[in-house]
Amino acid sequence: MEQKYIKHKYEPIHPSKDEWPVVKLARERKEFVKKVADLSENRILKLTGNNPDILKEELETTLYREKLRIKQNPWVVDPDDDGSFWSGVKSSLVQISTETGRSKVKKLQAYKSILNQITARYAEEIASNFKATHYKFTRSVVTYGFSRLLNAARVKGFKSIFSNQYTLQDKIQITGETDQLRDLATKGTVVMVPTHFSNLDSILIGWVISVLGLPPFIYGAGLNLFNISIFAYFMNSLGAYKVDRRKKNLMYLETLKTYSKEAIQFGCHSLFFPGGTRSRSGMIETKLKLGLISTAIEAQRANFENGLNDISGKIFIVPVTINYHFVLEAPSLIRDHLSITGQERYYKENDEFSNSYKISKFLIKFFTKGSDISVSVGKAMDVLGNYVDVDGRSMDKHGRIINTRDYFVSGGNVSVDIQREEEYTNMLGKRIVEEFHKINRVFNSHLVAFVAFELIKKQNRKLDLFDLLRLPEEDITIPYEDFKASCQLVLDRIKELKSQGLINTAPHLSKDMDEIIKRGIENVGMYHSKRPIIQDKNGDIGTDDMSLLYFYHNRLTGYGLEKLY
Amino acid sequence: MDSKNSTKAKYIGVIGVGSFGAAIANILAAKNPVMVYARKQEVVDEINTSHSAQGKALSVNVIASNDPEHLCKSCDVLFFMVPSAGFQDVVRTFSPFLFPYHLIIHGTKGLCLNLKAGETLQTVKKIKRSQILTMSEVILQETVAVRVGCLAGPNLSKELAQGQPAATVIASKYNEVILEGQNLLRSEKFQVYGNSDIIGVEISGVLKNIIAIASGALAGLGLGENAKGLLISRGMVEMIHLGNALGGSIKSVMGLAGIGDLVATCNSVHSRNFTVGFRLAKGETLDAILADMDEVAEGINTVRIIKAFLETADLRAPITENLYRVLFEDLEIEDALQFLMKYPFNVDVDFV
Repeated sequence: MEQKYIKHKYEPIHPSKDEWPVVKLARERKEFVKKVADLSENRILKLTGNNPDILKEELETTLYREKLRIKQNPWVVDPDDDGSFWSGVKSSLVQISTETGRSKVKKLQAYKSILNQITARYAEEIASNFKATHYKFTRSVVTYGFSRLLNAARVKGFKSIFSNQYTLQDKIQITGETDQLRDLATKGTVVMVPTHFSNLDSILIGWVISVLGLPPFIYGAGLNLFNISIFAYFMNSLGAYKVDRRKKNLMYLETLKTYSKEAIQFGCHSLFFPGGTRSRSGMIETKLKLGLISTAIEAQRANFENGLNDISGKIFIVPVTINYHFVLEAPSLIRDHLSITGQERYYKENDEFSNSYKISKFLIKFFTKGSDISVSVGKAMDVLGNYVDVDGRSMDKHGRIINTRDYFVSGGNVSVDIQREEEYTNMLGKRIVEEFHKINRVFNSHLVAFVAFELIKKQNRKLDLFDLLRLPEEDITIPYEDFKASCQLVLDRIKELKSQGLINTAPHLSKDMDEIIKRGIENVGMYHSKRPIIQDKNGDIGTDDMSLLYFYHNRLTGYGLEKLY
Repeated sequence: MDSKNSTKAKYIGVIGVGSFGAAIANILAAKNPVMVYARKQEVVDEINTSHSAQGKALSVNVIASNDPEHLCKSCDVLFFMVPSAGFQDVVRTFSPFLFPYHLIIHGTKGLCLNLKAGETLQTVKKIKRSQILTMSEVILQETVAVRVGCLAGPNLSKELAQGQPAATVIASKYNEVILEGQNLLRSEKFQVYGNSDIIGVEISGVLKNIIAIASGALAGLGLGENAKGLLISRGMVEMIHLGNALGGSIKSVMGLAGIGDLVATCNSVHSRNFTVGFRLAKGETLDAILADMDEVAEGINTVRIIKAFLETADLRAPITENLYRVLFEDLEIEDALQFLMKYPFNVDVDFV
């Protein structure tokens, strides 16, 4: 389709920032946090059936896990009073259970008050600290800083640091249904769901949203990122709320879901990484974390319940893929993935972005060398995964207009059915994965990595994956001509898939094959000390790191391309 | 639009008035007004004037229409009770009038093929699971309705029509579909169970038809109860392996739709599939048998599809394979039986 990427200049869709839902939310932060805390309390009470014994058990489990977390896995961001708060909870619990002669009703009352303290604390912790002034400042810093770096790197000469020849949009291409996204964002509420490969995604997406002229989205960012002061500042000002993956207790999860649901209902555009975490294997996510996705469905149903049947109450799901040549964290991600699937070692989460120095180093590398990124925006869907037309109306497979409300109707009225919504969540999850695959843009680096790995696998048919990865790297060599022929084979198949709308490609894949391979090898995992693909003096293909090659190869799994081998 | 309609009682829709469709329409009519769909005008008139459909008596609570749009507007819940051969066409006819608020329950025990235009079972020979559709998958593919369920179990139409006690299972991923189906159908004489494994239940209902043909053949050969016991238990094992390969759970085969229906059909001279096997064993040809049957024996088509599926699945299904040869490759039934008796099964139960 597009041979050349056109740089758009997008005007902001809401010119005045007072109209942004996220600003309104920030203004009412206190009331909002209280509302979330109370609603979460109600949800948990409903889940425990208002039974004081079950509630007590849940409280004790939560207390136990929180104590364990404080002891075993403390983070810099944790509030100083974490210890004392949970000790307080403990003594209150002990007090209630030792006091005899309390009636059941009174006990429930006492447990409820502890529960409310906990949900209030969680809600406060999760809530974002968005400040419009900081947002503006951060945005200009990011844009200004990035383009300075970029120009210094690309345009020759020292003075070029002040050149404006290149902007960030040269580096990061935004393609796909951007106009539809901008349009729907003025009419309804958008929930953006991007793929997640790198910690850089959070900032990148924030930048994309602002370039598109959209008001800031609120999004759940891993609390671990707030450990680093640069990131914490950026993300607070970009509207991030905090998701703590260490806390897996019922109360935390319910509070988090309530927060997300209420914010969507409030009209805040939201963003979640539906994979839940960075893709460890390098594959496009196929199993999504459905918890947050379910909040979009819940919010949509709640809007219908409240009679918001027009587009202002409609929620649009917009899948986005982010395509890289290079993922900074690839070596440790794939190591994690292999140790989980291979169960050879105990799996422990570690953070490559552990300090500001490493990030700065990466950013400089990133901007001084030509590693392009593209962000593809998919077609908007309703919460059941139906595409929507220009007016935001849902369409069935035959293009007939349907009403999303009908999915929630039983006996003529909108009804609440948790089990039904679970199924809808599964359906939406599947649709998002499908869309990811369709809008995924293949780069030359993905192609060469895929082909190289498959050829090595073919040479060693008898080995299973783990033995394959343990092959001595110096023994691996693929003749260039075989490699080239195989690349052509895969590329042809990719083009066939593209003509069926099942995948997308970057424009540089229309160049001739030698050029594609040359650039692909240059680009694939370009800053790793051990390169996934190397060429010897005869031009034959080898590798320095099989695991990394596997990681980059995985980007093209899920299309049945393996069957070509 | 629909909120206005909800004030007055809605009809329950039944599409298809074959023997099973008529029996279900009568059960439904005990509690709710029912609107049935029949394509032919004379059948519609017959139902509306004399309360019978091609001779089968219908409750006075049943009215008929041949307008799919009218039916879809008048009903929130629809029962599709049409033979598998015409199922896809009927669903396509209704598709433009179906909306996401419709609940659909079908009672069809058959499989459809999902092939590209121009392909037929004869041309492709081998098929994968993705090329087979169960009836609920047909509904999901062709329509925008998602709340879909199926009805299966030992429900021989003649016995249902006589009001004998029976039970059925409604399978759906959605609890609300199961509950709705139970509400509508349950009576003193009709027990309704629920199951969330809809694929497993559909597949069980489909596969049992194969075994039913074989059972008819054994009876036609004049063999006794030992042989039947052997067939039913080995047939169940085959159903379990096939069911698993097609995406159902073992549990569903053990339930009403699997073993329950299997036993009923294998013992019933009323069953069309049983009759096909019986007459084959008596020496008639398949064409002659099919020519004078007024309703379809689903098992024939199922054998064909499962045979093609076995070509791609890493699996043996000796009963199905031999039945295929009997039906389509002129293997003598006696030879097929000989082959099965020599087949090296040595483990009785290898699936739990």
